[in-house]
Amino acid sequence: MTLPQTTTAAGVPAPGTPLLEVDDLHVEFRQRSGVVHAVNGVSYELAAGQTLAILGESGSGKSVSAQAIMGILDTPPAVIRGGIRFEGRDLLTMSAEDQRKIRGPGISMIFQDALSSLNPVYSVGWQIGEMFRVHRGASRKEAKRKAVELMDRVRIPAAARRVDDYPHQFSGGMRQRVMIAMAIALDPRILIADEPTTALDVTVQAQVMDLLKDLQRETGMGLILITHDLGVVNEVADDVAVMYAGRIVERGTVDDVFTDAAHPYTDGLMKSVPQVEAKGGRLQPITGQPPNLAAIPGGCPFHPRCSHRRLGAAAAPGRECATDVPPLRLVAPGREAACHYSEEVLGV
Amino acid sequence: MTDQQQADLRHDEVQAGTTTGLASPSVDVTSDRQNSLWSDAWAYLKRSVFFWIGAVLTLLFIVMAVFPQLFARGQDPRACDLANSKARPSADHWFGYDVQGCDYMSNVVYGARNSLIIGIFAVLVVLVLGVVVGAIAGYFGGVTDGVLSRIADIFYALPLILGALVLLRVGPQTDIPIINSRGPGAVALALALFGWMTAMRLVRSQVIAVKSSDYVAAARAMGASNSRILVRHILPNAVAPVLVYTTITIGVLIAAEATLTYLGVGLQRPAFSWGLQIEAGQDSIRSAPHLVLFPSIVLTLTVMAFIMMGDALRDALDPRQRA
Repeated sequence: MTLPQTTTAAGVPAPGTPLLEVDDLHVEFRQRSGVVHAVNGVSYELAAGQTLAILGESGSGKSVSAQAIMGILDTPPAVIRGGIRFEGRDLLTMSAEDQRKIRGPGISMIFQDALSSLNPVYSVGWQIGEMFRVHRGASRKEAKRKAVELMDRVRIPAAARRVDDYPHQFSGGMRQRVMIAMAIALDPRILIADEPTTALDVTVQAQVMDLLKDLQRETGMGLILITHDLGVVNEVADDVAVMYAGRIVERGTVDDVFTDAAHPYTDGLMKSVPQVEAKGGRLQPITGQPPNLAAIPGGCPFHPRCSHRRLGAAAAPGRECATDVPPLRLVAPGREAACHYSEEVLGV
Repeated sequence: MTDQQQADLRHDEVQAGTTTGLASPSVDVTSDRQNSLWSDAWAYLKRSVFFWIGAVLTLLFIVMAVFPQLFARGQDPRACDLANSKARPSADHWFGYDVQGCDYMSNVVYGARNSLIIGIFAVLVVLVLGVVVGAIAGYFGGVTDGVLSRIADIFYALPLILGALVLLRVGPQTDIPIINSRGPGAVALALALFGWMTAMRLVRSQVIAVKSSDYVAAARAMGASNSRILVRHILPNAVAPVLVYTTITIGVLIAAEATLTYLGVGLQRPAFSWGLQIEAGQDSIRSAPHLVLFPSIVLTLTVMAFIMMGDALRDALDPRQRA
């Protein structure tokens, strides 16, 4: 793994192989009180230059699936099954040392809370420079020069002066930029952003998202954006995968999904967000609670909260919502949803 | 960004009449190399008054331990005259005389060597054992933690003095180096072997707390190895309590040596040590309080010097404490 960016930074992985392929990923946490099924068969692909948003509420498994890709889940208690292929190589069967070498130059990650994700005892320049010392064996002087360059690139004002400052001396937005600088230091092929703007106020959110977009345009990296913020998804992402109870329940381009949802859960999400056109009207929250991941309801996991559900005799054969698990299927060109009655939902 | 990309971007910007700031990195000001944790800490220590007071005192006692004759004002600690027994301090003999009629100042000065060897050597062993065992137990957890913690529990069950007593009683009959000597090294090792567990538990609990922090997950996500995470990211955030604990423990260990002497297994006369002197002075504390007072003062000063340095070091290692 010496200087991988010279061969891959141009944005051309081996033809036909997606950058990242997640194949039927399962993550369970075995605890004394029972097994928590955090991720239950998630599959997706990511191409270079693509932005995939993974949307879902707390506990939908979106962060856990990202941590599984990153290889930072402790196993045990976590049990990971399925396939995670980075440029065709399966991360799960690879040795720990090979996996470690991919983290940073291959896949890297931005965390939600930048203050707690930066080590309080080191200057930000040291932490950004650490990437070059760990992966490239750079000298301290070289690492510091690179750190300033990166801080400039993520538009931290007066980078050369602030490189020796400590994380607590930065504002929230600047800290998140430091985090981004660390994550993009080695020109990763894939950047996973786990709720990168949740801890920031709205104006800073927009700046950080703009920065991520610019960096992506510049380097051609694949971006996985994990969020529960519909506005962010709408602005930045090409494609969106909606997660519920550890499954992908709907997938398609952002335009399609946001215009007309094919799954009742996505539909509910859209209706629960204030919109300018509906000013003065009432918001419609999704009734009920997200499921307990240690006891996910049988059949469609969303059926207890679903307004479109059909139970017993009302259901079509093999499409009973409380007993038959709906597979993720093609419901319209380029769109997939895991609902027995997507066609009805689409019409609404 | 390569030079080519840089040039392209600048070209694009000129064409479009925009400025992103991406095309003009300001790398000119960074000629010096990257500050490390320790160089930043040293820069802080250099400006800390408490650190210098502690350091000067410590240096003074170390010089005293190596060259006691410089401080004894020309007195021989072994030239005694019983006629002077328990004589009070005077202009010629600042610390007075002890029970045997020996000049007490030279006694106290010559005691520095054994007391410092015992205090510093024992505390270093405590620190190293505590940090290494505690960090491994805390970081790896599970079975490793279980085994190491139970070993620490077993040592906890043995009282410090009883354990040291047995070790020093049996030691001279064995052929283990240091232990079989009955010198200050054996005493220090005996005290450290039965006194490292609190340091271990302090480090272990800190490491467990720091291990689950986001910045450790972030370091792992950036491809840092286990040893790098433990040494660079966890330990600097976990050593503060154990530094404070060990600096205080130096005094406790120097004093504990006196107890061992009292039980007949520590240093024995005619050796000099502050512990021995405090112990002997207690018998006549009402008639000659200076026999307890002077060795106690130097012991207190020694402990204070280490506490001041430990406190300053702890602050220096935490950027949030630095002004």
